[in-house]
Amino acid sequence: MTDKAITSPAIPTAQPTAGLGAWLRAPVPTSPFHARMQQFWLQWRRLRANGSALFGLCVIVFLLIAATFAPLLATHDIFEQNLATRLLAPSTEHWLGTDELGRDVYSRLLFGARITLYIALLTTVIVAPIGLIVGTTAGYLGGWVDTVLMRIVDVFLAFPNLILALAFVAALGPGIENAIIAISLASWPPIARLARAETLTIRKSDYIAAVRLQGASSLRIIFGHIMPMCIPSVVVRVTLNMAAIILTAAGLGFLGLGAQPPSPEWGTMLSSGREFVMTSWWIAAIPGTAILITSLAFNLLGDGLRDVLDPRHG
Amino acid sequence: MDKPLVKPLIDVKDLTIRFETPQRTFDAARGVSFTIGREKVGIVGESGSGKSQTGRALLKLTPKVATISAGHMRFKDTDLLAASERDMRKIRGNHISMILQDPKYSLNPLMRIGQQIVEAYRLHHRSPKAEAREKALAMLESVQIRDPERVFTLFPHEVSGGMGQRIMIAMMLIPEPDLIIADEPTSALDVTVRRQVLTILDELVTRRGTGLMFISHDLNLVAGFCDRVLVMYAGRIMEDLPAKELPKAQHPYTQALLQSLPRLDAETEELKVPVRDPSWLDGPVYRNGVLA
Amino acid sequence: MKSPMKPTRPLIEAIGLSISFGPLHARNRVVDDVSFRINKGEAYGLIGESGCGKSTILRVLSGLNGDYEGALTLNDRELPKKRDKDFFRRAQMVFQDPYGSLHPRKIVEKVLSEPLKIHGFDRHSERIAETLDAVGLGASFRYRYPHELSGGQRQRVAIARALIIEPEILLLDEPTSALDVSVQAEILNLLKRLRVERNLTYLMVSHDLAVIAHICERAGMMFKGRIIEELTSQQIRKSEAREDYTREFLQASVEAVERGPEVAA
Ligand SMILES: Nc1ncnc2c1ncn2[C@@H]1O[C@H](COP(=O)(O)OP(=O)(O)OP(=O)(O)O)[C@@H](O)[C@H]1O
Ligand SMILES: Nc1ncnc2c1ncn2[C@@H]1O[C@H](COP(=O)(O)OP(=O)(O)OP(=O)(O)O)[C@@H](O)[C@H]1O
Ligand SMILES: [Mg+2]
Ligand SMILES: [Mg+2]
Repeated sequence: MTDKAITSPAIPTAQPTAGLGAWLRAPVPTSPFHARMQQFWLQWRRLRANGSALFGLCVIVFLLIAATFAPLLATHDIFEQNLATRLLAPSTEHWLGTDELGRDVYSRLLFGARITLYIALLTTVIVAPIGLIVGTTAGYLGGWVDTVLMRIVDVFLAFPNLILALAFVAALGPGIENAIIAISLASWPPIARLARAETLTIRKSDYIAAVRLQGASSLRIIFGHIMPMCIPSVVVRVTLNMAAIILTAAGLGFLGLGAQPPSPEWGTMLSSGREFVMTSWWIAAIPGTAILITSLAFNLLGDGLRDVLDPRHG
Repeated sequence: MDKPLVKPLIDVKDLTIRFETPQRTFDAARGVSFTIGREKVGIVGESGSGKSQTGRALLKLTPKVATISAGHMRFKDTDLLAASERDMRKIRGNHISMILQDPKYSLNPLMRIGQQIVEAYRLHHRSPKAEAREKALAMLESVQIRDPERVFTLFPHEVSGGMGQRIMIAMMLIPEPDLIIADEPTSALDVTVRRQVLTILDELVTRRGTGLMFISHDLNLVAGFCDRVLVMYAGRIMEDLPAKELPKAQHPYTQALLQSLPRLDAETEELKVPVRDPSWLDGPVYRNGVLA
Repeated sequence: MKSPMKPTRPLIEAIGLSISFGPLHARNRVVDDVSFRINKGEAYGLIGESGCGKSTILRVLSGLNGDYEGALTLNDRELPKKRDKDFFRRAQMVFQDPYGSLHPRKIVEKVLSEPLKIHGFDRHSERIAETLDAVGLGASFRYRYPHELSGGQRQRVAIARALIIEPEILLLDEPTSALDVSVQAEILNLLKRLRVERNLTYLMVSHDLAVIAHICERAGMMFKGRIIEELTSQQIRKSEAREDYTREFLQASVEAVERGPEVAA
């Protein structure tokens, strides 16, 4: 009736009439899948228009490629020590110089990207869901569930990240996997806090009331209706955490509790280069810059994603 | 009521608001022209006809995907089209206030009502906290909220729909603007409260010379309250006429709207639903009862 | 239907309903000892000034707020404070504010399929298409996000969401106050038609007396949390009331309309 009649001011724009482009541009989606694909496509276009997010994405893709093809791209063996070539400044032979044991920094950096991305991505995969579930459950159910969960969160938050991770690693034993578990255990509470705060505002809204009145179970409401609203801020928070995660991993490595010394983990490289920072700046500066750029890239991407994921952000 | 308009507050010519997504291009306003002086101008029209977007366009508050184009769009001597975001902020804060259609969404859900009003007040008037509080309470009282002291301490989700609207109205009057754009400010209010709230708005217009753009779909209300009415349909102004003349409106659309109202004095089994004629989309429009 | 005769017992009954908010030391009683009965197939209205507790009653009846005193019965059985799924299947609510009642990240199709999934309905796609059609939204709205809809379009989606699981009771909180007159006319016709077709029972809140008189047979006049008297739609139309307050209230509405234009017949 009404709106079928007033849709006519829509003006057809000159667009391709066949193929994928036309399918994605179709004014009326014909299936939920179609609608979802159109939405993805729109989001991609929005991301593409966002310069800094695109930069972040490029850096991360670049890192992923570097990590994947590290064996091909590396110029030297990363474990081979050669005291004759120690502490060499960047040159054509050693693009980014050598470290105190004569190993090629460029090659180590490439392999280090693997470890760093591995740690960062795995912790995120562990941390984000735990934080989300705990936070939204506490926020939505309230009452004693909230009290208990939030007290647990408070206990975790009472200790600095590194100390807590240290304690866990000490209990679990050194090694990179254990470091990941330890870091994850230490970094979910802030996310839970955030998700809970978001949930508190969301749960009072009419649209949540409306699904409750449809007889939806709490589980369904939390997973299907509240979480989608919390995800953008969690994404941003997690990417902001990335730098801290990388540094905590480095700290653990430095203390001999995370990645073990010959391994080219960036944090370990950074801390071992500290002694030589006055004479051979590149040993510390290069992994340091890598950490900086990576965390910046994650931040920029996270920020961009927040805008992109929000459909209201026309 | 039709004073000669020496210099209108708002002067818009050929305003077009285009929503452009890759899927569809949609014009929410198509060549809308109007002026608003120090008077009460009502904008009526069916849902989706572009009333809200037109109001928002004056403050450049349309969504990002929308592009605004116009012959000109002026507020007093300011060219709104050329104004920078910074200029617009100044205008929004001090000269034009907008009462949004969705009152509760415009309030901070985590802050108590009172605190929000006090802060808004102190933003515009240098005054100690205690005085601002007094003023805020007085403001709530002036929009007929029964126990302002209690409402002062409530959160936005704890007030009724009508209270939310009145709180928004109270807040928008704080900067003492030159123009108020009220987007369905009274849709959740019952007649008695509505009348009191309208009296406040009316006073502003007559006493302080504030202009009022009153978006509503309550034809009776607009006819009784406003000086002039613009009838919108599918992004165009179909009719521009003095409010008193509304029953004598020429356009069949306006007529149809009037006839679709449920009435207290005449019982009907079924209400008349306007039948839309595609030729209205680009058909003739009327100004003051004659073809324009 | 158990008996073809006019049911003597009401479908919904509220007995001494009182609702309070706030901490124990500063309780604020918003609804005070309210009783009413609604028969099957009847439309009952609640009228009264803004803030008098109309929405609060609806929220309690719908099961959103379990913190009340007194009793609510459905088919003579007292409703538990925590409602079961069967109740939600039978009674649905439409909210006052169409901007707040749709999930900002769900397309219309998702909004409508959710209740179908919860209650295990079949033929999702057809039902969604039919219901959208019934509320006057075309297929082009099916995959849109709420932010792409105007206020009236959203409210129609909200009404569609309530209707789609074919409830027998509709709780309507100012369902048309955000709609323009032409859509209001459509929705009111729709509500009237559906009531006859599906033998629905309505409890409707509105501040527009003409709307109440058009839809409802009876209405309760509220003042400061109490129902001070009940009126039939005829009494509303003729401003016949026992209480002074009611008469003033009715009179004000009539004036508001009379100040408006006379419709050319
Ligand atoms: N972000 C958007 N993207 C695409 N279309 C939009 C967007 N926002 C609004 N529209 C469209 O613009 C048109 C005008 O909307 P507007 O909000 O101005 O209507 P309205 O006249 O205020 O209606 P109502 O009385 O229901 O509030 C509508 O058809 C709506 O679908
Ligand atoms: N969660 C709450 N906490 C505290 N007070 C509340 C809460 N919900 C409602 N109230 C109060 O209850 C009173 C009645 O509110 P209600 O929403 O029922 O009004 P209403 O009759 O629907 O009015 P309107 O026509 O404006 O929507 C108001 O004074 C409101 O402040
Ligand atoms: Mg609008
Ligand atoms: Mg209400």
